[in-house]
Amino acid sequence: MSHLKQILERGEFAVTAECGPPKGADPEVVLKKGELLRDKVDAVNVTDNQTAIVRMSSLAACSLLERAGLDPVLQMVVRDRNRIALQSDILGASAIGIRNLLCLSGDHQSFGNQPQTVGVFDLDSIQFLQAVRMMRDEGTIIGGDELSAPPDLFIGAAANPFADPLEFRVTRLAKKIKAGADFIQTQCIYNLDRFESWISMAMERGLPEKVYILSGVTPLKSPGMARYMKTRVSGMDIPDEIIERMEGVPKDKQREEGIRICVETILRLKEMPGVKGVHIMAIEWEDAVGEIVERAGLLPRPGI
Amino acid sequence: MITAEQKPIDEIRGMIAPYKRILVLGCASCVAECAAGGEKETAMLGSALRMAARMEKQEVEIEEKTLDRQCVNEFIVLLDDIIDKYDAILSLGCGAGVQAVADMFPETPVIPALNTEFLGETKSQGLWVENCLGCGDCMLYYFGGVCPLARCSKQLFNGPCGGSVNGKCEINPDLDCAWQLIIDRLSAFGALDRLEEIYPPKDWSKKQGGGPRKIVREDQQR
Ligand code: SF4
Ligand code: SF4
Repeated sequence: MSHLKQILERGEFAVTAECGPPKGADPEVVLKKGELLRDKVDAVNVTDNQTAIVRMSSLAACSLLERAGLDPVLQMVVRDRNRIALQSDILGASAIGIRNLLCLSGDHQSFGNQPQTVGVFDLDSIQFLQAVRMMRDEGTIIGGDELSAPPDLFIGAAANPFADPLEFRVTRLAKKIKAGADFIQTQCIYNLDRFESWISMAMERGLPEKVYILSGVTPLKSPGMARYMKTRVSGMDIPDEIIERMEGVPKDKQREEGIRICVETILRLKEMPGVKGVHIMAIEWEDAVGEIVERAGLLPRPGI
Repeated sequence: MITAEQKPIDEIRGMIAPYKRILVLGCASCVAECAAGGEKETAMLGSALRMAARMEKQEVEIEEKTLDRQCVNEFIVLLDDIIDKYDAILSLGCGAGVQAVADMFPETPVIPALNTEFLGETKSQGLWVENCLGCGDCMLYYFGGVCPLARCSKQLFNGPCGGSVNGKCEINPDLDCAWQLIIDRLSAFGALDRLEEIYPPKDWSKKQGGGPRKIVREDQQR
């Protein structure tokens, strides 16, 4: 059974972290990242050809982590697979012991290193969620055919409280819950005020009672990274105060400042009603996760 | 209408190089509207090719003709009497036009001079935009008259994605986010609640999924 699910069901504040597979076939890279995260987080979320750059498959990397005794979250995007491949990979994932799935649309192919490919987008992420829930709960695939055994999965979806239009963001969250999301992972949070207004709009519709919301955070490495994310990554909201804080410290203290902002953010999120956990996306900086978790007072992680 | 753009002249010259007597064949319908293959563009391409041939002292005969529609047999048969004069046709029709002409004259090579692009709208002088993918099962009612297939970069039926900001699409700030348009339009006539429902997976068999499509209308057949 999903470790993450058990933590959340017991009412513990959950901690997950992201792990990007390598641009190569070396299993050690994945296992090393897994070791950095062991006992620091409840589950490890493995990206699926993130930013449309070809990497080791998420499914394979999840399998490596699962064999190493971690609880992986399989990310799957609808950009690269039609409904045959999606449903088939889900059965395979469950068969090899993967218990968490995050259903995403995926970054557009024009951003990556295969810009001449075609995006599949047979299903969208909400239709995909619905298909997975039907597979698990009804034992049927799209079109109604029955499965010989249903997959056993804890199902997640993403939400971006910072994209437009704000009011519709909550409608979309409701749709994802209706489609079958058990948990929600949000975009990185730097603008806590806007996040709070999103959460309170969601509370008005009673949504946080129906789904576990994991709030996303990413430690900044430098003011350059903050500026890049603000201007180049669509739907990323980084207030100027954050950038100024990063600029206000000497170069050799910038990473420390990034960690400090991240820890402060987590401490505020922990107190926010409706937030059930935190998802740390330390991009190619997995060794920062342990420190962040420790300083946010989230260690030791509860066992099951 | 079908939109198209002319191929680079060097690519065209490469394809017609083996032939000596060429008919440059325009079409006065869609591709005329998008200024790619109408009478005017056909004349211009013909003279450009003649000039280029002269400069390189090549002996080629290039003549032009424009049909009212290149994708309808009634018009293509007008070539019956003259086709023997040519050893190739350079077509400025859309992909359907090129193939319709080729079908009628199996022994004559028919070469495309255009890149056929999309089903579009003339937005303003010199601006054409794609807004239909011909999916075979029009959903515009649900989406307030804005097509999420043709106009959302990720073809989302339950959008918008997390990259929609200030009404623009994440993949290109020059592009309107189709989902912002859908939401705006549905709100304008009080039908936003249509989006509370999950739009189910699309039946792509009505698009190319079921192999090449055709429409058979017995009432129209003689
Ligand atoms: S829904 Fe289909 S038919 Fe209607 S505009 Fe879009 S692609 Fe064209
Ligand atoms: S930003 Fe809008 S148009 Fe672009 S992919 Fe997202 S929903 Fe579609």
